Amino acid sequence: MTQRSGSSVAEGDSPSSSLGPDLARSALAGDRRAVARLLTLVENGTEEGAAALTELYPHTGGAHVIGFTGSPGAGKSTLLNCVAQAFRHRGNTLAVVAVDPTSPFSGGSVLGDRLRMRDLVTDSGVFIRSMASRGHPGGLAHATRDVVSVLDAVGTGFIFVETVGAGQAQVDIARLAHTVVLVEAPGMGDEVQALKAGLLEIADIIVVNKGDRPEVQQTVQAIRTVIAGSGSVAGGWEIPILRTSATERTGIEALVEAILAHRQHMQATDLWSARQARQAYADIEGWLRRYFDEWVAQCMDTRDYDALAEAVVRRACDPATAAHSLLTRFTEGLCSKLKG
Amino acid sequence: MDIGNEQVIRVLIAKPGLDGHDRGAKVVARALRDAGMEVIYTGLRQTPAMVAEAALQEDIDVVGLSILSGAHLALVPRIMQELKEREIADIPVFLGGIVPKEDIAVLRDMGVAGVFGPGTETRAIIADIREAAVARRKASR
Ligand SMILES: Nc1nc2c(ncn2[C@@H]2O[C@H](COP(=O)(O)OP(=O)(O)OP(=O)(O)O)[C@@H](O)[C@H]2O)c(=O)[nH]1
Ligand SMILES: [Mg+2]
Repeated sequence: MTQRSGSSVAEGDSPSSSLGPDLARSALAGDRRAVARLLTLVENGTEEGAAALTELYPHTGGAHVIGFTGSPGAGKSTLLNCVAQAFRHRGNTLAVVAVDPTSPFSGGSVLGDRLRMRDLVTDSGVFIRSMASRGHPGGLAHATRDVVSVLDAVGTGFIFVETVGAGQAQVDIARLAHTVVLVEAPGMGDEVQALKAGLLEIADIIVVNKGDRPEVQQTVQAIRTVIAGSGSVAGGWEIPILRTSATERTGIEALVEAILAHRQHMQATDLWSARQARQAYADIEGWLRRYFDEWVAQCMDTRDYDALAEAVVRRACDPATAAHSLLTRFTEGLCSKLKG
Repeated sequence: MDIGNEQVIRVLIAKPGLDGHDRGAKVVARALRDAGMEVIYTGLRQTPAMVAEAALQEDIDVVGLSILSGAHLALVPRIMQELKEREIADIPVFLGGIVPKEDIAVLRDMGVAGVFGPGTETRAIIADIREAAVARRKASR
C-alpha cells in the first residue's frame, strides 16, 4: 500500500534508501544542515521525508506553536523580528516558518519575509525557513505542518508561523497553532466587520500594529465593538487587543507577555491538551485526504476510466454510476493486493 | 494547481556590501519567479555570515549575489569562507554587477560559477542557474 508516499517525486526516490532516517538522526544530534535538508524533503512530499517524520514524530510535542496572521502588509514579519528577539533575550530557542504565496501563473515565488527579519539571521538560536504556499489555499502550504514537526522534534521551544497575508477565510493556522496572533494595521473601517466570521474568530490575541500611525484608536475601537458582540470567550481567556509599532519597537513587551500569559492559561486549563487533540485530528485528516487524492489519481489513470467516459458520452451510463464503479474496482484491487 | 511534489529550485538573492541599489536584484528575482523558481529575497546590506546562514537554513540550490559597489574581490572570498565553514561550499554562487573583465578570472578562481554583467539577458541567467542547480543535485546523489 502507498505508505505515506507524497506521490511520485521525479528523482532520488528510492524507498529503500536510508537517507531520511539518517538525516533525522543527524538533525536530532544538532546538525542544522541536516535540519534544512529534511525540511526540503518533507516540503517536497518525498518518501524520504515521510520516513524521517516517522522517525522524528516521537520527539515532537514540546514546542509552543504561535501563528501570526492578518492582512497583507500589516507588519507581521517586522513584528516577528521584534517579538522573536524578545523571546531570545529570555533564553528560548526558536524558529520562524514564513509562508508567502506562490504565483498561480508560473508556480514560482519571491519569498520576502526574511527581508524583515535581519536581526535574527545570524543568531544560532534561531532557525528561519521561508515556504511558498505552492497553490494550497487557507494561508499555509500543504507541508507547513510537517516542517513544524521537524523543527519541533529537534527541540525548538517556540515556533512562530507567519501565514500568507490572510483574509477572512484563511483560517488553517487555527489547526496548527496553540496561540493565534492576529495582526492588523490602522485604517481598516468596514473591513473589521468582514473579519468577524473568520480571522477574528480564531484569534487568541489581537494586535493593531503601525501604532505610530493615526487612526489606531479607531481601529482598536472597531475591533473591540465587533468582538464584544460575539459573546463569551471559550475557556475563560479574554482576548487582549494590543497596540504595537514594529518599526518603533513599542508595545513589544506587552505582546510577549500576552503570548506567555496565553501559554500559562492553556496549561492551567485543559486548553493545551484540547488544542493538541485538535491538531491530531486535523493532521490525520490531512493525511487521509492526501491518500484519497492519490487514490483518485490512480483511479483516473486506468483504461476503465476512458471506457467509462466513453460510455457516459454515449449516455449508456451516468457519471455518478461511472465513478462508483471505478471506486469499487479500485478498492477491490486494493484489498486483493493487501491480502496478497 | 499542485506543484508540491516537484523538485522546485530554490535561489537565494542577496545584496552584500553597502551600496543601496537593489533594482537589478529585484528584476532578477522576479524573472526567476516567472521561470517557476522559489526565490528567497534577503535585500540590502547582507554580511557574508548572513548570506551563508540564509543559504544553509533555506537549503538553497543556488546563491545569487548582486554587488554594484565594486567590492566584489573583497566580499566574495569572505562569503566563500562562510559557506565553507558551514560545509555548503558546493552551492553554486553567481555574481551580478559591474565587474571589470580582468576580475572575472579571479572570481572564477575564487569559486564563482558565473558572472552576469549589465545587459545580460534574463533568459541566459535563468538557463545558467537552472543548469547549475540540476548539476549540483546530480552530484550530491
Ligand atoms: N509605520 C509603520 N510601518 C510598519 C510597521 N510595521 C511594519 N511596517 C512597514 O509595513 C510594510 C510591510 O511590513 P511587513 O512586515 O513586510 O508586513 P507583512 O504583514 O509581513 O506583509 P506580508 O507578509 O506581505 O503579508 C513594510 O514597509 C514595513 O516597514 C509599523 O509598526 N509602523
Ligand atoms: Mg511578511
